[in-house]
Amino acid sequence: MLYRESGDFSSTYAQDSQTFPIKFDRYRYYFVLFIAIVVIPFVINDYWVNSLFLPFLIYAIAAIGLNILVGYCGQVSLGTGGFMAVGAYACYKLMTSFPDISMLVHVLISGLITAAVGVLFGLPSLRIKGFYLAVATLAAQFFLVWLFNRVPWFYNYSASGQISSPERTFFGIIITGPNTEAWATYLFCLMFVIFSAYVARNLTRGSVGRKWMAIRDMDIAAEIIGVNPLRAKLTAFAVSSFFIGISGALFFSIYLGAVEVGEVFGIQKSFLVLFMIIIGGLGSIFGSFAGAAFLVLLPVALKIVGVDWLGWPTDIVAHLQLVIVGGLIIIFLIAEPHGLAQLWRVAKEKLRLWPFPH
Amino acid sequence: MKLKLTTLALGAALAAGPAMAELVFPSLSYRTGPYAANGIPFADGYQDYFTLLNERDGGIGGEPIRMIECETGYNTEKGVECYESTKGEGALVYQPLSTGITYQLIPKATADGIPVHSMGYGRTSAKDGTVFKNIFNYPANYWDGASVAIKHLLDINDGSLEGKKIALVYHNSAYGKEPIRTLEELSEKHGFELSLLPVDHPGQEQKSQWLQIRREKPDNVIMYGWGVMNQVAIQEAANIRYPMDQFIGIWWSGSENDVRPSGAAANGYKSLTFHNVGDDFPVFADIQKYVVDSGKAAGAGDQIGTALYNRGLYAAMLAAEAAKTAQGIHNTKALTPGQMRDGMEALEITEAKMTDLGLPGFGPEFQVSCENHGGNGLVAVAQWDAAADSWSLITDFVQSDQDVLGPLVAEDAAAFAAESGITPGC
Repeated sequence: MLYRESGDFSSTYAQDSQTFPIKFDRYRYYFVLFIAIVVIPFVINDYWVNSLFLPFLIYAIAAIGLNILVGYCGQVSLGTGGFMAVGAYACYKLMTSFPDISMLVHVLISGLITAAVGVLFGLPSLRIKGFYLAVATLAAQFFLVWLFNRVPWFYNYSASGQISSPERTFFGIIITGPNTEAWATYLFCLMFVIFSAYVARNLTRGSVGRKWMAIRDMDIAAEIIGVNPLRAKLTAFAVSSFFIGISGALFFSIYLGAVEVGEVFGIQKSFLVLFMIIIGGLGSIFGSFAGAAFLVLLPVALKIVGVDWLGWPTDIVAHLQLVIVGGLIIIFLIAEPHGLAQLWRVAKEKLRLWPFPH
Repeated sequence: MKLKLTTLALGAALAAGPAMAELVFPSLSYRTGPYAANGIPFADGYQDYFTLLNERDGGIGGEPIRMIECETGYNTEKGVECYESTKGEGALVYQPLSTGITYQLIPKATADGIPVHSMGYGRTSAKDGTVFKNIFNYPANYWDGASVAIKHLLDINDGSLEGKKIALVYHNSAYGKEPIRTLEELSEKHGFELSLLPVDHPGQEQKSQWLQIRREKPDNVIMYGWGVMNQVAIQEAANIRYPMDQFIGIWWSGSENDVRPSGAAANGYKSLTFHNVGDDFPVFADIQKYVVDSGKAAGAGDQIGTALYNRGLYAAMLAAEAAKTAQGIHNTKALTPGQMRDGMEALEITEAKMTDLGLPGFGPEFQVSCENHGGNGLVAVAQWDAAADSWSLITDFVQSDQDVLGPLVAEDAAAFAAESGITPGC
């Protein structure tokens, strides 16, 4: 009944190839956007924005970035934490060096700097594949964290080696530092999320994305049909790192406000984002959102249920959380290896026929 | 995306919270994760003292205490979540027990007008109350620790460290880096040679650092470690037969958990402390009677009297005394975070007060003022006796070198004030 395409006629190519070709799906998408942009900013408070929405939105950008590299181009990367750190430190240096420039510019330039670093560390991908590439990117992860810990220039010679974000504005509205309004930080991050998802979606269904997928599916065949592996792989690294850099910059400046590189951008961050796209669905933009939501919201939801409602001891809930998240990951990988995105696809198919499946 | 709606509905359900009639003390503890072994005793001590006050005295000044525990796992992101979820409950003071989370909370809590008490950790220059209006780090800070360690070495070396070699083994994080600047200044003043040996989180791998110590043979080793790093360092020191009485740890490297794994080899290891050790104080009888015997002890109840348990207890005691002071100043029973801040700023701990509380000689006497949020920097040295399985103080509480530390604090606080646009003042 829902998601039916009958009566939904396309009369132009543009209509036929749009992202949401089914009318119901399109309106649902507009509805979600409407809620996210117009309704939520009026009802959120500090708790909701700092505990749920900011981490969800920022991790969604990182997951989109990693999904481009791993899910679309097939290049396994364990360097996400390191690349996020590049974005964060680039943003910090820009924020402190050019205090009068808008945060929008700083975040975008941080993304570009990360893209350059990503291309640099993507060079080995031309020679090595699979697990070996994973190890090479792992080296990037450790090297970058070590670099930001070791060279005082990156943290402006502060005694503790921490970076903390000073107060900066965007069109006169404070969006970093302690005196921010919940709606301002939320909308600022949402803007980047919509931008990233839009760009990623349109890149991945265009010629660039098709080249990435050709490389992913079989690189030799792709080369024979005329895909340049150098350009395809390096553009994937660049675009992926650009998004990851943006997410790192937002993670530091908007969400946390103070960062210690080893603790925040360590190897566990790389794994977390990788888990997000594996659970969400490799090679799917929706999957990036679903995976980020799953891994951000689930621990908070478990905490609220366990500690606040049931009154269990905090350590038991924290341990249960590990058990439940771990168990769910295993269940997902066995029952639905293509992730939450595939579940969503199946659900849509079912809904089309519902309530008369035959 | 659909999940958002669900969370929104959940939010509406949660917004209807309980009425605020109690004194709310959040405990940002970590009973899980890589530092749990140290987080548990502190959290237990903190909680047990408040339970004792509730059970014995009916709270503070007749106002019951509600302690909200929130698990951070020593993770800054969870720390943010904990802060945001508890601040709306009327939290009076935050004690995050993590330098990383403290750095995060300094601007946030200042903007929200909630005091933070980072007792013996966090940002050292928070001692300057004219800049850090809501942040307190009495009775001692990392730089006091470094200075007293050097003073102790001066004492045992007949007043001169000329030409000596001292190595600093530190946790390669904001916390571990804190004493470097102070030690560099002190090395200039006293003429010793300082070498720096960072250890990366979590610190299980220290072979190369201790190989270097074995090669360079420093006269003394100072350690700023936390969690498993401490045990490994003490074990490695024992392995290279480094003399334990030349090895001094900061107070976060001085719990039973750190020395016990090395057994008899750890005998003589020294650690700094800003409060007394052991359970030979009258208050522990009350804890036994009101908390343990009635089955209300926090955690497993097996930590009572350990170094970190005492520190948690001491933190809770200082918070409770500050709340009492605040009740006196504002002539009210129910407190707001702003009133609690005033209480902390007017806090005075005297020997008579501590004796009244059943804690005679438990910590140094000190007085907090608007200019000085960090106490007087009185620190003692404790030594581990492996045979007796206990710590004992081997010095009195001695004051750190204020001539060196004063300018450093002023300089760092001024830098922070300039960076965040604060006008210093009382």
